Amino acid sequence: MTKKTTNNHPRALPKAPTGIQGLDEITDGGLPRGRPTLVCGSAGCGKTLLAMEFLVRGAVEFGEPGVFMTFEETAPELTANAASLGFDVDRLVKQKKLVIDFVHVEPSEIEEAGEYDLEGLFIRLNHAIDSIGAKRVVLDTVESLFAGLPNERILRAELRRLFRWLKEKGVTAIITGERGDDTLTRQGLEEYVSDCVLLLDHRVVSQVSTRRLRVVKYRGSTHGTNEFPFLIDRQGFCVMPVTSLALDHDVSKERISTGVATLDTMLGGKGLYRGSSVLLTGTAGTGKTSMAACFVRAACARGERSLYFALEESPRQIVRNLRSIGVNLDRLVDEGLLQFHASRPGLCGLETHLATMHRAVNQFRPQVVVVDPITAFTALGQGFEIRDMLMRLVDFLKVKRITSFFTSLTRGGNALEATETPISSLIDTWLLLRDIELDGERNRALHVFKSRGMAHSNQVREFVLTTRGVEFQDVFVGPGGVLTGSARLAQEAQEKADRLSREQATQAMKRNLDRKRQALDAQIAVLEADFAAARTDIARQIAESDMRATALRSDRDEMKRSRQGEGTRNRRTRKQAFEG
Amino acid sequence: MKTATRRPKETTRIEAAKTWRLRLYVADQTPKSLTAFANLQRICAQYLDERYEIEVIDLLKRPQLAEGDQIVAIPTLVRRLPVPMRKIIGDLSNIKRVLIALDLQPHDAGGHHGD
Repeated sequence: MTKKTTNNHPRALPKAPTGIQGLDEITDGGLPRGRPTLVCGSAGCGKTLLAMEFLVRGAVEFGEPGVFMTFEETAPELTANAASLGFDVDRLVKQKKLVIDFVHVEPSEIEEAGEYDLEGLFIRLNHAIDSIGAKRVVLDTVESLFAGLPNERILRAELRRLFRWLKEKGVTAIITGERGDDTLTRQGLEEYVSDCVLLLDHRVVSQVSTRRLRVVKYRGSTHGTNEFPFLIDRQGFCVMPVTSLALDHDVSKERISTGVATLDTMLGGKGLYRGSSVLLTGTAGTGKTSMAACFVRAACARGERSLYFALEESPRQIVRNLRSIGVNLDRLVDEGLLQFHASRPGLCGLETHLATMHRAVNQFRPQVVVVDPITAFTALGQGFEIRDMLMRLVDFLKVKRITSFFTSLTRGGNALEATETPISSLIDTWLLLRDIELDGERNRALHVFKSRGMAHSNQVREFVLTTRGVEFQDVFVGPGGVLTGSARLAQEAQEKADRLSREQATQAMKRNLDRKRQALDAQIAVLEADFAAARTDIARQIAESDMRATALRSDRDEMKRSRQGEGTRNRRTRKQAFEG
Repeated sequence: MKTATRRPKETTRIEAAKTWRLRLYVADQTPKSLTAFANLQRICAQYLDERYEIEVIDLLKRPQLAEGDQIVAIPTLVRRLPVPMRKIIGDLSNIKRVLIALDLQPHDAGGHHGD
């Protein structure tokens, strides 16, 4: 805590928000209010534009008019340059929100004769500030005075006085300075302006230029101390802070569909977690873009916006190709649910790509982001640089609860998983697409390699791309392992035939049994018939025998009677009986 | 009569017959400003005879005028006429420099010699 004559408690340093995307995050609120900030960098790295955007946004977004005192460029030049960022400086000047004062010190015109001070500068600046009630001031670049005015002693004394005066005036000022060889600025302005120092850098590495910003110093405030890449485009500055290196972003429990029902089933039955990161790796032609498109389609069907970064194919080509599998992306684009961003990776550096993606996401505010393919970045940097950039991208998207879908081309073979190791730890769900080659054909299969936080299928499922989209086939495991394609069909047919023949065999056996039974029955019938016949016969014989016995007995009785006979009396009777 | 001492390169001073227009920019009555004014008057009296006009502009009263002549230092003397325009910053205590800057020959009468 410094013993400055601040009217605010030193603990809560008041800050002036810049309105520049990302810069307010890095500086934890903006530039120190009422103090001068030094912005230094080599020529062409964007100091003037940064300062201009600070003023313009201050005037337009925060109601703080500003004075731009320029020592190098004229007012029309500045206005034209600012127009390239989309700022209408003329209008702001007319509305008295901005004043541009061009201070020109032409060394050949000036002669020095005696003691002087730079009160004229003070008067001009004061007049400009008071004329519109400015709260922000830019001096770009005060070092030009060193070239114009011969007496450095006076100049330095007056500069010291000027920065004190600016503080007393209570304006938030940006002072720009050109980078020196050993010092931050060529003329050592950091000696006078040391509350906050930003350093801009513009590097060209391997033919690709990258802009970086660093907060060298910020007295009284926490700030990110790393270099942050930024880009300057038609919408001004965009600095990319890494907002969640603390890994404390919220997580969602909601599950969303991948767009392919079977895949949802493979992912614990419910699909992906919202806000998770998905990596889809596969060799060429395995259907990565098709999967990505299904994912997008499902998201848009839920009414969510999707942002598709196409790094190898043009959007029109993607749309055309996907129509062949029945996915109509044109309609989604027309409805404003899908936005394509295409660029060849080689056009700019990794950081610029990241910054562009940041900006696109912040503007379109999608719930789903697809990057297809991330391997397009390999030409732009080393493995760790790409990983770093992807880590920042994944972090950024997770903080915003955006579900991200990355495709990646692998070269196949055993290295299928190995090549992705550098980034796989950033990924929540990793789907591997592979070709299965068998009997002279290749068929597509998908395998959930990992999916954090859910039970997932461990099977390698075959799928085909049909006109109805992505369709999974049932798993078919034959004696030789998983079978796909025509081998599977052949195997299926074979098994069907086997089953059929088994059935037929069973039928035959059944029939055999029936026949045997019938034969048996027939035999039994014959035996019974014999038995019946024999029984009848024997019964008849028994009957005859009985009859004979009875006849015999009656004959015997007759004889007995006739022998016992009663003499003559009964002769006649016997005879009668006998003849009778 | 200065015109007798014309030098060939001082062709612009052929119009020495014209009146000199001088503007002195000051900021209120600071010591430097007062000194400058006093010095200027003396120089003009000595070297320009009657053919001059001094305009004193107090920038504290009229700050908007600083922009026109691109005034940064105080005090600043601007020679508007004759052309070319010249700017001299300082309280004009270094007479020699002033004269050189204004293309005025140092007068023999004062025993000063040109540098």
